[in-house]
Amino acid sequence: MQLAVEILVSALILIGAFFLLVGSYGLAKLPDLMRRLHAPTKSTTLGIGALLLASLAYFMLVQGTLSLHELLITLFLFLTAPVTAFMLAKAFMLRNREEAPQRPTGAGRNWATMAPADPPGGPAPGEDPLRK
Amino acid sequence: MIATACFVAIITVSLAVALSVYRLARGPDLADRVLALDTLAINAIALIVLLGIWYGTGMYFEAAMLFAMVGFLSTVAFCKFRLRGNVIE
Repeated sequence: MQLAVEILVSALILIGAFFLLVGSYGLAKLPDLMRRLHAPTKSTTLGIGALLLASLAYFMLVQGTLSLHELLITLFLFLTAPVTAFMLAKAFMLRNREEAPQRPTGAGRNWATMAPADPPGGPAPGEDPLRK
Repeated sequence: MIATACFVAIITVSLAVALSVYRLARGPDLADRVLALDTLAINAIALIVLLGIWYGTGMYFEAAMLFAMVGFLSTVAFCKFRLRGNVIE
Protein backbone atom coordinates (compact mmCIF):
# COMPACT_ATOMS: atom_id res chain seq x y z
CA MET A 1 0.00 0.00 0.00
CA GLN A 2 2.78 2.37 1.00
CA LEU A 3 4.69 1.50 -2.16
CA ALA A 4 1.61 2.10 -4.32
CA VAL A 5 1.12 5.54 -2.77
CA GLU A 6 4.77 6.43 -3.32
CA ILE A 7 4.61 5.30 -6.94
CA LEU A 8 1.43 7.33 -7.49
CA VAL A 9 2.89 10.52 -5.97
CA SER A 10 6.23 10.15 -7.78
CA ALA A 11 4.53 9.49 -11.11
CA LEU A 12 2.30 12.57 -10.70
CA ILE A 13 5.32 14.72 -9.78
CA LEU A 14 7.29 13.53 -12.81
CA ILE A 15 4.32 13.95 -15.18
CA GLY A 16 3.76 17.48 -13.90
CA ALA A 17 7.41 18.45 -14.28
CA PHE A 18 7.52 16.97 -17.78
CA PHE A 19 4.50 18.95 -18.97
CA LEU A 20 5.85 22.15 -17.43
CA LEU A 21 9.07 21.60 -19.38
CA VAL A 22 7.08 20.93 -22.58
CA GLY A 23 5.15 24.17 -22.07
CA SER A 24 8.25 26.28 -21.59
CA TYR A 25 10.05 24.55 -24.47
CA GLY A 26 7.13 25.37 -26.72
CA LEU A 27 7.19 28.95 -25.51
CA ALA A 28 10.85 29.23 -26.45
CA LYS A 29 10.65 27.27 -29.68
CA LEU A 30 7.43 28.12 -31.57
CA PRO A 31 7.68 30.79 -34.27
CA ASP A 32 5.04 33.46 -33.51
CA LEU A 33 2.85 34.61 -30.66
CA MET A 34 -0.41 33.04 -31.76
CA ARG A 35 1.29 29.65 -31.94
CA ARG A 36 3.34 30.36 -28.83
CA LEU A 37 0.14 30.87 -26.85
CA HIS A 38 -0.74 27.18 -27.13
CA ALA A 39 2.21 25.82 -25.17
CA PRO A 40 1.95 27.69 -21.83
CA THR A 41 -1.83 27.76 -21.71
CA LYS A 42 -2.47 24.07 -22.32
CA SER A 43 0.65 22.13 -21.43
CA THR A 44 1.67 24.23 -18.43
CA THR A 45 -1.84 24.13 -16.99
CA LEU A 46 -1.86 20.34 -17.27
CA GLY A 47 1.59 20.16 -15.66
CA ILE A 48 0.74 22.36 -12.70
CA GLY A 49 -2.53 20.46 -12.25
CA ALA A 50 -0.65 17.15 -12.02
CA LEU A 51 1.87 18.65 -9.58
CA LEU A 52 -0.82 20.03 -7.30
CA LEU A 53 -2.64 16.70 -7.45
CA ALA A 54 0.62 15.01 -6.40
CA SER A 55 0.92 17.41 -3.48
CA LEU A 56 -2.69 16.75 -2.47
CA ALA A 57 -2.14 12.97 -2.62
CA TYR A 58 1.14 13.26 -0.69
CA PHE A 59 -0.32 15.26 2.19
CA MET A 60 -3.48 13.17 2.32
CA LEU A 61 -2.01 9.65 1.98
CA VAL A 62 1.51 9.97 3.41
CA GLN A 63 1.21 12.67 6.05
CA GLY A 64 -2.43 12.01 6.84
CA THR A 65 -3.47 15.67 6.83
CA LEU A 66 -6.11 16.91 4.44
CA SER A 67 -5.05 20.22 2.92
CA LEU A 68 -7.43 21.90 0.54
CA HIS A 69 -5.06 24.71 -0.48
CA GLU A 70 -3.92 22.72 -3.50
CA LEU A 71 -7.47 22.29 -4.67
CA LEU A 72 -7.99 26.02 -4.32
CA ILE A 73 -4.80 26.83 -6.29
CA THR A 74 -5.76 24.30 -8.99
CA LEU A 75 -9.23 25.76 -9.32
CA PHE A 76 -7.84 29.29 -9.49
CA LEU A 77 -5.22 28.42 -12.12
CA PHE A 78 -7.71 26.46 -14.23
CA LEU A 79 -10.09 29.41 -14.14
CA THR A 80 -7.49 32.06 -14.92
CA ALA A 81 -5.36 30.37 -17.62
CA PRO A 82 -8.01 30.74 -20.38
CA VAL A 83 -8.67 34.34 -19.35
CA THR A 84 -5.01 35.32 -19.63
CA ALA A 85 -4.67 33.55 -22.99
CA PHE A 86 -7.79 35.30 -24.29
CA MET A 87 -6.61 38.73 -23.18
CA LEU A 88 -3.13 38.22 -24.62
CA ALA A 89 -4.58 37.10 -27.96
CA LYS A 90 -6.93 40.07 -27.97
CA ALA A 91 -4.15 42.55 -27.27
CA PHE A 92 -1.98 40.97 -29.96
CA MET A 93 -4.80 40.97 -32.54
CA LEU A 94 -5.55 44.61 -31.93
CA ARG A 95 -1.96 45.83 -32.07
CA ASN A 96 -0.60 43.63 -34.88
CA ARG A 97 -3.43 43.61 -37.41
CA GLU A 98 -1.35 42.62 -40.40
CA GLU A 99 0.39 39.77 -38.57
CA ALA A 100 -2.82 38.29 -37.20
CA PRO A 101 -5.07 37.59 -40.22
CA GLN A 102 -8.72 37.75 -39.35
CA ARG A 103 -11.30 35.36 -40.70
CA PRO A 104 -14.90 36.48 -41.18
CA THR A 105 -16.88 35.96 -38.01
CA GLY A 106 -19.96 34.68 -39.86
CA ALA A 107 -22.22 36.60 -37.50
CA GLY A 108 -22.97 39.81 -39.35
CA ARG A 109 -20.61 41.82 -37.17
CA ASN A 110 -16.89 42.27 -36.90
CA TRP A 111 -14.66 40.90 -34.16
CA ALA A 112 -15.50 42.69 -30.93
CA THR A 113 -11.84 43.67 -30.52
CA MET A 114 -11.95 45.55 -33.82
CA ALA A 115 -15.15 47.48 -33.13
CA PRO A 116 -14.56 51.22 -32.73
CA ALA A 117 -14.44 52.48 -29.17
CA ASP A 118 -17.61 53.84 -27.63
CA PRO A 119 -17.92 57.64 -27.54
CA PRO A 120 -17.42 59.17 -24.08
CA GLY A 121 -20.54 58.59 -22.04
CA GLY A 122 -21.22 55.16 -23.46
CA PRO A 123 -23.10 54.06 -26.59
CA ALA A 124 -26.22 55.94 -27.61
CA PRO A 125 -29.46 54.47 -26.22
CA GLY A 126 -31.04 51.90 -28.51
CA GLU A 127 -27.84 51.32 -30.42
CA ASP A 128 -26.06 47.98 -30.35
CA PRO A 129 -22.38 48.94 -30.15
CA LEU A 130 -21.31 45.68 -31.82
CA ARG A 131 -23.32 46.23 -35.02
CA LYS A 132 -21.51 48.98 -36.84
CA MET B 1 11.40 7.55 -3.96
CA ILE B 2 9.36 10.68 -3.57
CA ALA B 3 12.50 12.63 -2.68
CA THR B 4 14.22 11.39 -5.86
CA ALA B 5 11.20 12.33 -7.95
CA CYS B 6 11.19 15.76 -6.31
CA PHE B 7 14.87 16.22 -7.09
CA VAL B 8 14.41 15.28 -10.75
CA ALA B 9 11.31 17.47 -10.97
CA ILE B 10 13.09 20.49 -9.46
CA ILE B 11 15.84 20.16 -12.08
CA THR B 12 13.25 19.83 -14.87
CA VAL B 13 11.25 22.84 -13.70
CA SER B 14 14.46 24.86 -13.39
CA LEU B 15 15.15 24.05 -17.03
CA ALA B 16 11.64 25.26 -17.84
CA VAL B 17 12.37 28.49 -15.95
CA ALA B 18 15.53 28.95 -18.01
CA LEU B 19 13.57 28.50 -21.26
CA SER B 20 10.94 31.02 -20.11
CA VAL B 21 13.66 33.52 -19.19
CA TYR B 22 15.11 33.05 -22.68
CA ARG B 23 11.75 34.02 -24.19
CA LEU B 24 11.42 36.89 -21.71
CA ALA B 25 14.76 38.32 -22.78
CA ARG B 26 14.37 37.55 -26.48
CA GLY B 27 10.65 38.04 -27.18
CA PRO B 28 10.15 40.49 -30.04
CA ASP B 29 6.76 41.78 -28.89
CA LEU B 30 5.48 43.00 -25.54
CA ALA B 31 2.83 40.25 -25.57
CA ASP B 32 5.59 37.61 -25.78
CA ARG B 33 7.20 39.02 -22.67
CA VAL B 34 3.91 39.12 -20.79
CA LEU B 35 3.27 35.50 -21.77
CA ALA B 36 6.77 34.55 -20.61
CA LEU B 37 6.15 36.32 -17.27
CA ASP B 38 2.89 34.42 -16.83
CA THR B 39 4.68 31.12 -17.51
CA LEU B 40 7.43 32.12 -15.08
CA ALA B 41 4.84 32.73 -12.35
CA ILE B 42 3.35 29.26 -12.94
CA ASN B 43 6.84 27.72 -12.85
CA ALA B 44 7.47 29.52 -9.57
CA ILE B 45 4.26 28.02 -8.16
CA ALA B 46 5.48 24.59 -9.25
CA LEU B 47 8.84 25.13 -7.51
CA ILE B 48 7.10 26.25 -4.30
CA VAL B 49 4.81 23.20 -4.34
CA LEU B 50 7.80 20.91 -4.96
CA LEU B 51 9.64 22.51 -2.04
CA GLY B 52 6.59 21.89 0.14
CA ILE B 53 6.59 18.19 -0.78
CA TRP B 54 10.39 18.01 -0.33
CA TYR B 55 10.27 19.38 3.22
CA GLY B 56 6.93 17.71 4.00
CA THR B 57 5.35 20.91 5.24
CA GLY B 58 2.18 22.62 4.14
CA MET B 59 3.49 26.03 5.09
CA TYR B 60 4.32 27.08 1.53
CA PHE B 61 0.84 26.93 0.06
CA GLU B 62 -0.10 30.45 1.02
CA ALA B 63 2.94 31.64 -0.93
CA ALA B 64 1.87 29.54 -3.93
CA MET B 65 -1.65 30.95 -3.73
CA LEU B 66 -0.29 34.50 -3.59
CA PHE B 67 1.92 33.82 -6.61
CA ALA B 68 -1.10 32.51 -8.54
CA MET B 69 -3.19 35.57 -7.73
CA VAL B 70 -0.48 38.17 -8.34
CA GLY B 71 0.62 36.47 -11.57
CA PHE B 72 -2.91 36.48 -12.94
CA LEU B 73 -3.60 40.07 -11.89
CA SER B 74 -0.34 41.39 -13.35
CA THR B 75 -0.97 39.61 -16.66
CA VAL B 76 -4.49 41.02 -16.90
CA ALA B 77 -3.23 44.50 -15.99
CA PHE B 78 -0.50 44.33 -18.66
CA CYS B 79 -3.00 43.19 -21.31
CA LYS B 80 -5.46 45.89 -20.33
CA PHE B 81 -2.72 48.50 -20.52
CA ARG B 82 -1.73 47.22 -23.95
CA LEU B 83 -5.34 47.25 -25.17
CA ARG B 84 -6.59 50.53 -23.78
CA GLY B 85 -3.52 52.55 -22.78
CA ASN B 86 -4.41 52.62 -19.11
CA VAL B 87 -5.40 50.11 -16.45
CA ILE B 88 -8.17 51.75 -14.45
CA GLU B 89 -10.42 53.98 -16.55
